[in-house]
Amino acid sequence: MTFSPELEKRFAEMAAKYPEGRQKACLIPMLMYAQDEVGHMTEELKEEVAKRLNISVLEVNEVVGYYTMMRKKRMGETHLQICTNISCLLWDGDQLWERACQKLGIGHNEVTADGKISLEEVECIGACSWAPAIQVNYDFQHHVTPEQLDKLIDDLRKA
Amino acid sequence: MYPSLLHESPHPDETIVLGKRFRLPDSRRIGTYLAHEGYQGFLKASQMTPEQIIDEVKASNLRGRGGAGFPTGLKWSFVPRQSPKPKYIVVNGDESEPGTCKDRVLIQYDPHQLIEGILIAGRAVDAHRGWIYIRGEYRYLIDIMDEAIAEAYARGWLGKNIQGTGFDFDLSTHTGAGAYECGEESALLESLEGKRGVPRIRPPFPAVSGAFQCPTVLNNVETFAAVPSIMRMGGQAWAALGIPKAGGTKFTCLTGHVNRTGVYELALGFPVRKMIEDVGGGIRGGKKLKAMIPGGSSCPILTGEEAWELNMDYDSMAKAKTMLGSGGVVLMDEDTDMVKAALRIIRFYQHESCGWCIPCREGTLWLKKLLTRLDEGVGTVKDIDLVGDLADNMLGRTFCPLGDAAAMPTMSIVRKFRHEFEAKLGRKTVSMAGLSQLVSITG
Repeated sequence: MTFSPELEKRFAEMAAKYPEGRQKACLIPMLMYAQDEVGHMTEELKEEVAKRLNISVLEVNEVVGYYTMMRKKRMGETHLQICTNISCLLWDGDQLWERACQKLGIGHNEVTADGKISLEEVECIGACSWAPAIQVNYDFQHHVTPEQLDKLIDDLRKA
Repeated sequence: MYPSLLHESPHPDETIVLGKRFRLPDSRRIGTYLAHEGYQGFLKASQMTPEQIIDEVKASNLRGRGGAGFPTGLKWSFVPRQSPKPKYIVVNGDESEPGTCKDRVLIQYDPHQLIEGILIAGRAVDAHRGWIYIRGEYRYLIDIMDEAIAEAYARGWLGKNIQGTGFDFDLSTHTGAGAYECGEESALLESLEGKRGVPRIRPPFPAVSGAFQCPTVLNNVETFAAVPSIMRMGGQAWAALGIPKAGGTKFTCLTGHVNRTGVYELALGFPVRKMIEDVGGGIRGGKKLKAMIPGGSSCPILTGEEAWELNMDYDSMAKAKTMLGSGGVVLMDEDTDMVKAALRIIRFYQHESCGWCIPCREGTLWLKKLLTRLDEGVGTVKDIDLVGDLADNMLGRTFCPLGDAAAMPTMSIVRKFRHEFEAKLGRKTVSMAGLSQLVSITG
């Protein structure tokens, strides 16, 4: 399995950043950056990373099972994450969540039939002073109104 | 191109020290940093002995800004500098405590300030390697930090023989992958080593056996970011910005029902009343304050009346049986449904419990079930009592503070707002089909 030249370069430099013999430390960053290209934690990806770090696939699975951002299945081209934790809740983040579910006809960690959009109700994303907040893939959007959310979804559907 | 996190100008009641470069054009570039006293603190520290640096940090009364508030200078002094093992610096940028969003501001607007703080810590404990662990959701901040690190290497502020001082230091970022638990220091170290983020048994503490089983200084982003100004101003002058026993400024995130939400740099000991009325512009819609969480959702809650008379510092909050915590202030107005608030908070801790300790794993789950029933109006008086008992049984019975973090707000909300839980009894809010699937445990 090969990755883009940029990612291969990142991986090549990564090993030197940790003490000799402790290269398992690369595991989480490798998986996260690889996920950006592969989409989710495929068997092939897990085996490839295990091979490169000289660890067992079991050790990779342990980690993949633990971390929320490591996707166990293919998600949408755009992953829409809506925070409903306390500071966002106080600014009606829960209503944004309900609205998105209804509009898209999907629920938590589900993908639209056309594969374009997936939805996740996320825990605090560190945007509490700019609530209610969402993340579109890695991009933050702050003070999101219901109208903005509608427009975002409509635009994504058309894209 | 990144979302702005600042109001156009600082509030006049802020004490701007760490944030003084935030509003400069290109504030995150090394050129801007160097033109505005950047790296001067490190140059000063490079003329000092490690003992002198640690003494200066002790004199500043800087306490850990991640939530626990441990004195920073003292923490650094625990590192056995004579140990033959390499020593490491690890930065906790896993900011995940609900209500907290200050490290984002510090990294987005002034990443070099953080690098300089790390270098000074490295000088103080004879460390030559560091990692900045940043939560995975903050990918753009990892990119910003990577750029700043590359700039620092290119300009000779990282790498071998930094600026001819003879001091070497290597630094890189390390991404998290979505786990609140990794903000706990020993779980963070496990995660850094490529494992599940479960806490370690302590002692030994990280100062003795931390990253890769070597002596490690592990502090929050804001803690390291404070160190350059301490070096430049001198510990005593920095301490004088705050109050006795709690020096300097604290980044405070105003969130919830307040008119001017935002992240503000306030002197330690800032009065809550002034913080809400002046800095925050008052409670939204002219309503009354019902409750306040002073420093992230794990802190015991205060009623509006209690909060109003307090100051934002460690001792004032401790006297009120809560904590200054991470600086994430959550304000709730008179219309807030406290049962819903308690449920949302416990849902978070249940989701984030790593499952290592049974009181936390099971406790958070059952609290969630009980609070869901109470919120849906099908709970009983016994359920209310059981919430208190369960939470009480979690306290102090887990390896890491996540169990406490879940129990403390829950117990305090039920105790202080019990009437709201009672008012929901027998008032079913959803149809039978809509009820959450809950196991009856109270017979």
